Amino acid sequence: MKLSRKWLNEYVDLSLSEYDDRSFAEAMTVSGSKVEVTEDLSRNINNVKVGRIVSLEKHPNSDHMLVCRIDIGGETVQICTGAWNVHVGDLVPAALHNSLLPGGVKITKGKLRGVESNGMLCSLKELNVTTHDFPYAVIEAAAILGDYHPIDPAKPSISADIKAGDKIYGKVIAARVEKLETVGYSQYKLSLDTGKGSAETVTGCQNIHQGDLLAYDTGKDKVCTLSDLHAEQREFPHCITDGIFIINEDCKPGDDVALLLGMDDHVVEFEITPNRPDCLCMIGLAREAAVTFGKELKLHEPVVKATAQGNINDMVKIVVEEPELCPRYTARMVRNVKIAPSPAWMRERIRNAGMRPINNVVDITNYVMLEYGQPMHAFDFSCVNNGEIHVRLAKEGETIQTLDGNERKLSTSMLCICDTDRPVGVAGVMGGANSEIEGDTAMVLFESANFNGTSIRRTATALGMRTDASSRYEKGLDVENTYKAVERACELIELLGAGEVVEGVIDVVPKALKETTLKLEPEKINALLGTDIAEEEMRRILIHLGFSLDGDIIHVPSWRGDVEHYSDIAEEVARFYGYNEIPTCFAGGNTTSGGFTPVQQCERQIGQTCRSLGMDEIITYSFISPSYYDKIRMPADSPLRDSLRILNPLGEDTSIMRTTVLPSMLEILSRNYNYRNRSAALYEIGKIYLKRDDGMADEPKIVSIGAYGPEMDFFKLKGWVEALLEEMKLGKLRFEAEKENPSYHPGRCAKVYAGDSYVGVLGQIHPAVAENYGVDTELYCAELSFEAIFALQGGTPVYTPLPKFPSVSRDIAVVCDRDIPVGRLLDCIMENGGEYLKDCSVFDVYTGSHIAPGKKSVAFSLTMRSEDQTLTDEHAGDTVRAVLSALEEKYGAVIR
Amino acid sequence: MKELMQQLRESAVKAILDSDGAESLEALRVKYLGKKGELTAILRQMGSLSAEERPAMGQLANQLRSEIENAIEQRKAQLTSALMEKKLEDEALDVTMPGEQVHLGHKHPMYNVLDQIKDIFIGMGFEIVDGPEVELAEYNFTKLNIDEGHPSRDWTDTFYFSEDGRVLLRTQTSPMQVHAMETKSLPIRMIAPGRVYRKDEVDATHSPMFHQIEGMVIDKGITMADLKATLNLVVEKIYGKGTVTRFRPHHFPFTEPSCELDIQCHKCGGKGCPTCKGEGWIEVLGAGMVHPKVLSGCGIDPDVYSGWAFGMGLERLAMGEYKITDLRLIFENDTRFLEQF
Repeated sequence: MKLSRKWLNEYVDLSLSEYDDRSFAEAMTVSGSKVEVTEDLSRNINNVKVGRIVSLEKHPNSDHMLVCRIDIGGETVQICTGAWNVHVGDLVPAALHNSLLPGGVKITKGKLRGVESNGMLCSLKELNVTTHDFPYAVIEAAAILGDYHPIDPAKPSISADIKAGDKIYGKVIAARVEKLETVGYSQYKLSLDTGKGSAETVTGCQNIHQGDLLAYDTGKDKVCTLSDLHAEQREFPHCITDGIFIINEDCKPGDDVALLLGMDDHVVEFEITPNRPDCLCMIGLAREAAVTFGKELKLHEPVVKATAQGNINDMVKIVVEEPELCPRYTARMVRNVKIAPSPAWMRERIRNAGMRPINNVVDITNYVMLEYGQPMHAFDFSCVNNGEIHVRLAKEGETIQTLDGNERKLSTSMLCICDTDRPVGVAGVMGGANSEIEGDTAMVLFESANFNGTSIRRTATALGMRTDASSRYEKGLDVENTYKAVERACELIELLGAGEVVEGVIDVVPKALKETTLKLEPEKINALLGTDIAEEEMRRILIHLGFSLDGDIIHVPSWRGDVEHYSDIAEEVARFYGYNEIPTCFAGGNTTSGGFTPVQQCERQIGQTCRSLGMDEIITYSFISPSYYDKIRMPADSPLRDSLRILNPLGEDTSIMRTTVLPSMLEILSRNYNYRNRSAALYEIGKIYLKRDDGMADEPKIVSIGAYGPEMDFFKLKGWVEALLEEMKLGKLRFEAEKENPSYHPGRCAKVYAGDSYVGVLGQIHPAVAENYGVDTELYCAELSFEAIFALQGGTPVYTPLPKFPSVSRDIAVVCDRDIPVGRLLDCIMENGGEYLKDCSVFDVYTGSHIAPGKKSVAFSLTMRSEDQTLTDEHAGDTVRAVLSALEEKYGAVIR
Repeated sequence: MKELMQQLRESAVKAILDSDGAESLEALRVKYLGKKGELTAILRQMGSLSAEERPAMGQLANQLRSEIENAIEQRKAQLTSALMEKKLEDEALDVTMPGEQVHLGHKHPMYNVLDQIKDIFIGMGFEIVDGPEVELAEYNFTKLNIDEGHPSRDWTDTFYFSEDGRVLLRTQTSPMQVHAMETKSLPIRMIAPGRVYRKDEVDATHSPMFHQIEGMVIDKGITMADLKATLNLVVEKIYGKGTVTRFRPHHFPFTEPSCELDIQCHKCGGKGCPTCKGEGWIEVLGAGMVHPKVLSGCGIDPDVYSGWAFGMGLERLAMGEYKITDLRLIFENDTRFLEQF
């Protein structure tokens, strides 16, 4: 919401000199109306003055430039211009030496083709306005024959030596301007030499000067424009519908053009929270400002004379068929409408509020919306069939062309304003082209209605057209406001002389309006805020805000639909008492112990361990593409493919909730690989989302590990998993070869168990999967169940006494079948080694020469120790023998 | 004999000083002091001396022995220390060579910041609560006083799993307020960090998945003054002592009164600069007193208990802390990025 400080002054005395931008913004912000930015419009323009053209001559060194002498109020300066639409006596904007134009353009004096020019005459565009802001300043251009440049020089349509009286085509002849006299704003009386004789005519074309040869249609008594001649612009390069802004305002030479444009204003842009639609207008913000600064709020009660014949009740029938969607529909009628530009003050206010002026009737509806916050619509009543307005839902198949020219398909949930036959507007969004206000509109029906916010929002969203009106309606507007707004619009019609208002108001209120009352409970408010604000102060704030008090009953004003509870009253009091005045004071209360839960501690410890093993933590999206399951070669019948599916995803890539963390990890590994990072070791403790029967999800966490790089191999990964699970005290781990997991290399994948409990899977990613991710190196991943780790983690360790006696070690090497897993041999050794065997490690596995085909040699180092004696060779020998015989018996492994 | 001893002393001392190693020193010791050594040979001639001369000569001989022994010891020490010095010189390293690389893993920068915040709240007696991301509209919206027609419920804003809009991806961590109130015994002091989801296209400041931290206190006698005191303390711990804060009114459906907390721009001291977009203040979090409707909807009597709640965006906090300019870096997980923190 943009607020003009100049306009605000009409309601609250808050001059810029007393409250500069900063102090205004700060005070409004801390009372609840957040200021986003303040723009000092006058900073955009400087030293541009109104000048009157005293004389004009052709530039001596140019065939298209003019040298003007300009009276800028007691002083005359010379300025050259290339525009042809200026005449002696015109008021023009003159950017003088060292002036600034919007867009940061600086103007200085200089010489143009040898002639001194002390500035620049400005067009509308150079002042950053358009003909919408100054509708009268539309430029028309005659085809000046001296400017004719044939497209094909060999075949000119008009001969180079054409002279007055020569026929051009039909009744169009060449004529020379003998004399030109300005007879009104952009109205010129021409005396023409038509060759054989002379003629007089009046034209609105502004680019004509004495001596010009032009095309004159003797039949229509009209000076021809380019389009009359069916000529292209490039044939008359200087006869353009652009030029200097000829000012037609109440001003004199020397006046500041910034003032004329209303740029002596500061515009404050507010971020209004959705609960305060009442602040989306001047009056609402003025009320907030008045309370914020402790000033009086000056409001005006509209008065309508209603001098036209008849009564609206005899002319219009209004039927609200959807009372839930339209709680109120108020209308008034205007006759003898004269469509014209609205006055400068209104256009300026509309412009500074960020809208475009159109014409008096449309501008009035916009002005009232800006002032009262009530969107309005004006129908050309002659286009409303049978004089009936029906507020109803659109029928199947109905369409409407909206004011922006687009054809809209309506659905049966959209509220429409219709006559007896067809929609004439989309309620609260945009009017229909079929009832648009045009130049010849004579009767106007003003609509000032209240609509259901959600319905309007959904319609606007469905049609893809969020308008100034719909963005206000969607937040829920004050039902009481429709009447005041329509009165104000009619008052403005009379003020502007834009028409005659017909007596009577149609005001359809299908359901009784409710008033909210609350009890003023000062002690409750103070208890909630932690303050000691006096009841009197609370009453003062509420009354200033427009609440009324009847004893301790608070009557909430109609525009404050957001206030429905004592806590809302507390906020009103707090806002103007000052949030920053509320003391800071810790509540005593009961103490709570706080701290991490065991689950959180476990999670932290896993993270810590992964990092100490050299892995970086990553964060990946919870949603993936269904195609990712194919990428990791998940079987078509896998239950994990049954993911929660987002019905309205941003795109396919983020459309289902992952049931496995593997694709997320692989995506990050491949991204790092593509970034040419030499190696990566990553972990994430991430959730997967498993569909439940009730439509919700179980969200277990998975410890996801991923790595690649020159130092990476299966055993490094396995070492990490072992270290992690050991750190988490999972007890004895068991690894089993896993050949069935299609995402992993069938020969380099293992399932890990702690005791009999499954913990997870680890291994090298299947090369085909890696290829799916565009990676031609070995990727290693592990997926461990956080729940399993948490459930299986050991408790506080119990101290084991340190050994008192030295240990003895013996190395043995055995030869066995190649496909016997070393893990089995190790288990067998530990099981059969007897009481002294404390540890066994593998230090070599060998196949090749000296070993029979299909066999392998495995070398173990056995560590033996006793708690109560130093072991002898004999003890060690017994242990080794027991181990060897068990290995031979169970696996046919013989000593090498 | 005296002369002989004098000669022996001179030649021995010279030979010892000239010796260049432990072995030659040992040979000299044998040569002079050994059983068949030169001193012994001289001493053997003692017999030829008179009884009067003997004691004096004996004394001289012992003196000579100990002199030679000392000389050997001294020389030995000299040689050892020279040897050590030589060894140390040989072992000298170029200490400017890089150390052996140890690869430590790095916590994700955003979780660095999150852990910092968890620690702050735990220090104040808060617990940390986890909750579902696949959530019911009832918890994400209805019980938080966000009515049926509210724009945030639109399918253009929220991800849904069911046509009837019953199940969705939570758009905020605020449903954790409801879960906590429904399941925990009073009083409650909790924070609930987690992933939240909104239908925003990915760009430098938006992501369809991001993180929030919810916080809530429910007890008897909780006031806005307590909210201010607690959040001021938190802000001081995050942004440093002396950070200037500002509370300004705002709107959230589930708190009333509601506020946003700004900190004064550290870069310009509140004068206005590009960092604070000219405002002089930087928005940090939203907060407010838990709406009495929300309390009673969760079975807590608002006439007895009151509470406050806050919510803050974690990404923005981390981006501010580490001056990260693009949100996409957070979820890209490039190790060159991760290893900076």
